Amino acid sequence: MIGQLLHRPWPWYVTGPLVGLVAAGLLAIGSKQFGVSSNLRHLCAAVVPGKVAYFKYDWRRSGLWNLVFIAGVVVGGFVGGVLLANPEPVAITPAAHASLATLGIRDWSGLVPRQLFNWHMLLTVRGFVMIVGGGFLIGFGTAYAGGCTSGHGITGLADLQVPSVIAVISFFAAGAAASFLLLPLLVPR
Amino acid sequence: MSATPTIAAPSLPRERLLGAYLVMGVLFGVVLTKGELVSWYRIQEALRFKGPYLYLVFASAVAVAAPAFAWLKRKAARSLTGERIRLPPKVLGRGTRYVAGGALFGLGWGIVGACPGPLFALVGAGVGVMVVVCLAAVAGTWTYGYLRPRLPH
Repeated sequence: MIGQLLHRPWPWYVTGPLVGLVAAGLLAIGSKQFGVSSNLRHLCAAVVPGKVAYFKYDWRRSGLWNLVFIAGVVVGGFVGGVLLANPEPVAITPAAHASLATLGIRDWSGLVPRQLFNWHMLLTVRGFVMIVGGGFLIGFGTAYAGGCTSGHGITGLADLQVPSVIAVISFFAAGAAASFLLLPLLVPR
Repeated sequence: MSATPTIAAPSLPRERLLGAYLVMGVLFGVVLTKGELVSWYRIQEALRFKGPYLYLVFASAVAVAAPAFAWLKRKAARSLTGERIRLPPKVLGRGTRYVAGGALFGLGWGIVGACPGPLFALVGAGVGVMVVVCLAAVAGTWTYGYLRPRLPH
């Protein structure tokens, strides 16, 4: 019984408030701004700063806490996604299911469609564009915008910052455009 | 997060309470996976306007964080490690970076179905190929840093 309960996915009214509490917790612990994409910059600064001014800063002082945080996220992903894995498919709405089935999605078993995200797909043109091209755009875009769904979408919005409102509208609009216009070209039929 | 090298300030101690950030990270990783925010299906459901789940998560997260931030930022409030609590406002400028950067990020988000936090959580959840997405994202950030002087902001 308890085992089943632990493996069940959490509803929005548990998930959302906990995300808000994580953001508030980081501020309370050490006056830190909740934002994950900064870590991509810290990783560049730590590993391959090159001669780029953008990566010349003391990443240990400004970013070590965040790199530790993201290491925790990987561990948490293992706890939530493997140890407490939900055996059922993700319960999206029937309308969403139908829409994605039309797109060519056949695998509903895990958190992501394994038919798209596997090592073999990486060797196909479409898979390469999705996995490498998509990742590149995420890294380039979040650095350009100075934040992602966490830094702008949660921290910035909760702090009522206008730049974050602009960024959020922009990435939701572009996300919808990518889902409707690019995915049909990328999902193999 | 200043790009200028920090002048060694002996009064500033090395980062403290690193363990607390690790615990918060683990909690966030569990929330991302159990709340299915790492799920490509959930993200597509939202981006195709086929269900309210993601929007309800965002709204309730902001509804909790906003009053918490306002309270934490009150005059003379200090964090556990002793700093004045502040959230530096983002500079609006002409706003180009928020529109263009947001749009480029959104395109990647829409096809990968995961933003930076979930990317790391999915690696932990055993979707191995997400390591490649993370590395590509680091390459994207590096490229931005390289092109930054020539980009409109």
